[in-house]
Amino acid sequence: MASLDRVKVLVLGDSGVGKSSLVHLICQNQVFGNPSWTVGCSVDVRVQDYKEGTPEEKTFYIELWDIGGSVGSASSIKSTRAVFYNSVNGIILVHDLTNKKSSQNLYRWSMEALNKDSSPTGVIVSNGDYDREQFVENAVPLLLIGTKFDQIPENKRSEVLTRTAFLSEDFNAEEINLMTGFTDRKRFNFKSLHYD
Amino acid sequence: MKLLSVFVLTINFFFFFFAYFVQVLFFGFGWLFFMRQLFKDYEVRQYVVQVVFSVTFAFSCTMFELIIFEILGALSSTSRYFHWKLNLYVILLVLIFVVPFYIGYFVVSNIRLLQRQKLLFACMVWFTFMYFFWKLGDPFPILSPKHGILSIEQLISRVGVIGVTLMALLSGFGAVNCPYTYMSYFLRNVTDSDILALERRLLQTMDMIVSKKKRIAMTRRQMYQRGEDQNKQTGFWGMIKSVTSTQTGSENLSLIQQEVDALEELSRQLFLETVDLQATKERIEYSKTFQGKYFNFLGYFFSIYCVWKIFMVKFWSQHISFILVGIIIVTSIRGLLITLTKFFYAISSSKSSNVIVLVLAQIMGMYFVSSVLLMRMSMPLEYRSIVTEVLGELQFNFYHRWFDVIFLVSALSSILFLYLAHKQAPEKHMAI
Repeated sequence: MASLDRVKVLVLGDSGVGKSSLVHLICQNQVFGNPSWTVGCSVDVRVQDYKEGTPEEKTFYIELWDIGGSVGSASSIKSTRAVFYNSVNGIILVHDLTNKKSSQNLYRWSMEALNKDSSPTGVIVSNGDYDREQFVENAVPLLLIGTKFDQIPENKRSEVLTRTAFLSEDFNAEEINLMTGFTDRKRFNFKSLHYD
Repeated sequence: MKLLSVFVLTINFFFFFFAYFVQVLFFGFGWLFFMRQLFKDYEVRQYVVQVVFSVTFAFSCTMFELIIFEILGALSSTSRYFHWKLNLYVILLVLIFVVPFYIGYFVVSNIRLLQRQKLLFACMVWFTFMYFFWKLGDPFPILSPKHGILSIEQLISRVGVIGVTLMALLSGFGAVNCPYTYMSYFLRNVTDSDILALERRLLQTMDMIVSKKKRIAMTRRQMYQRGEDQNKQTGFWGMIKSVTSTQTGSENLSLIQQEVDALEELSRQLFLETVDLQATKERIEYSKTFQGKYFNFLGYFFSIYCVWKIFMVKFWSQHISFILVGIIIVTSIRGLLITLTKFFYAISSSKSSNVIVLVLAQIMGMYFVSSVLLMRMSMPLEYRSIVTEVLGELQFNFYHRWFDVIFLVSALSSILFLYLAHKQAPEKHMAI
């Protein structure tokens, strides 16, 4: 087992967007029946065959670190959360498609995770202003996931999709939109993510 | 003579405009507070909630404004009386009809079963509320018998009881908690190395959880693969082999799973402890700044004041207490808003945010109305008459006694609660 390499991925987003459900779905291939608030950090693991079927096939453990809380949390909570942001290989940003604020807060979430070297009070040098330059040079791959797509009325769906397309462009990230109450067993395909 | 009357008229005109302008300002402040503070992480989908909150806030603050006008002697006494009555009617309308109805409406909206007949169920909820609201008057001696059923005194008295209870609970807790939070005497000594040690433990626990979950995932995967191979195995022995190996596999799994559950619980506790230490460290740093020292001094001052208040409530000097009225108004509004905000963050989610804001608006309105009731005692004698006139002949003494009782109970329980919490905390760190 020691030969399997370690991949740490953070799952960030506001309270109630569906991070815990998502992580459970990815790792257990099952619907999470009883979601409750995540205190601190909850980790789950998925065994993934990278480049399955090719001669370069390699098996990885993907650790999904689901961090609870909100961007507006007290600075003591932010300082404590910062210990989880070390040596991260990828970040999954989750937002609720029915709640615009959760999408806007993703900027602050990503700043918090990427600027983990800032001072303990969580004051970010750039004053929390979003700086696109930082994301272009960013070595950590980002994946943007929107949840609760089916709760949006039919006529507003294209508007929402346009908005999220802009968002993922800003982050230079890949994008996936999901339904609530996944009743089918879905097998997730992470072939679109390339880990070095 | 004519010039003087013209002058007086202008001054009154000025105050008139000022009053309405300030009311609009209050509304604007309530609106901004709602948007920037309470709802800063949520999307406002129902603007009626924001409007109701701002209106409640505006009319509540206007009552305080009218008290100040009363004391300053601004406007004529008839127009003051008129404004008082108007304001009171609006506030009662909002607190007894509008807000409870909307609370019922939004609660019903969240429940899927009742979606069809939202309005009907909302009305039912409101009638239930009115029933209990009316029943509230029975155990309390708040009215003299000469009042009719539908008089305004009936409504005010009940709103007063609820509001006074809330005020007393909050004041009692605040009187104890405020010195405790700010006085450096109570701050436990936290060093950076304490925090680092806890963080290290937290990360170690997370690593243990990760390695155990990896084992589970790998074992499951092997079982699954083996299961596929074994499904191809036929014959009697093949079946026996497959059953026994999967059994030991799943026994192992459930054992590891139990260990994981225990470790996850531990990680949560460690996280919370670390947050607690960080918060204490920040408070210590804050206490070394000028602001911190100022609040520390205030903490000592207020603790003496609160002890005095707990034990010597009767000894109010009329005119000193009037100055305190001003301070109490400002600090209690500010304190209430801060407390409401914290409470809101702690318990709201995107579904329940509307309901919670409306409940907060209700509490705020009742709190302000009963502040006026209680403030009557602190006001110099000559200004009490307007309050008595407007609010009708309620048994004011009852409210004061009730406030004192609840305040005492709340303060003593808070002391007990904080003492227990404080005692427990150092022992937890000794165990590291």
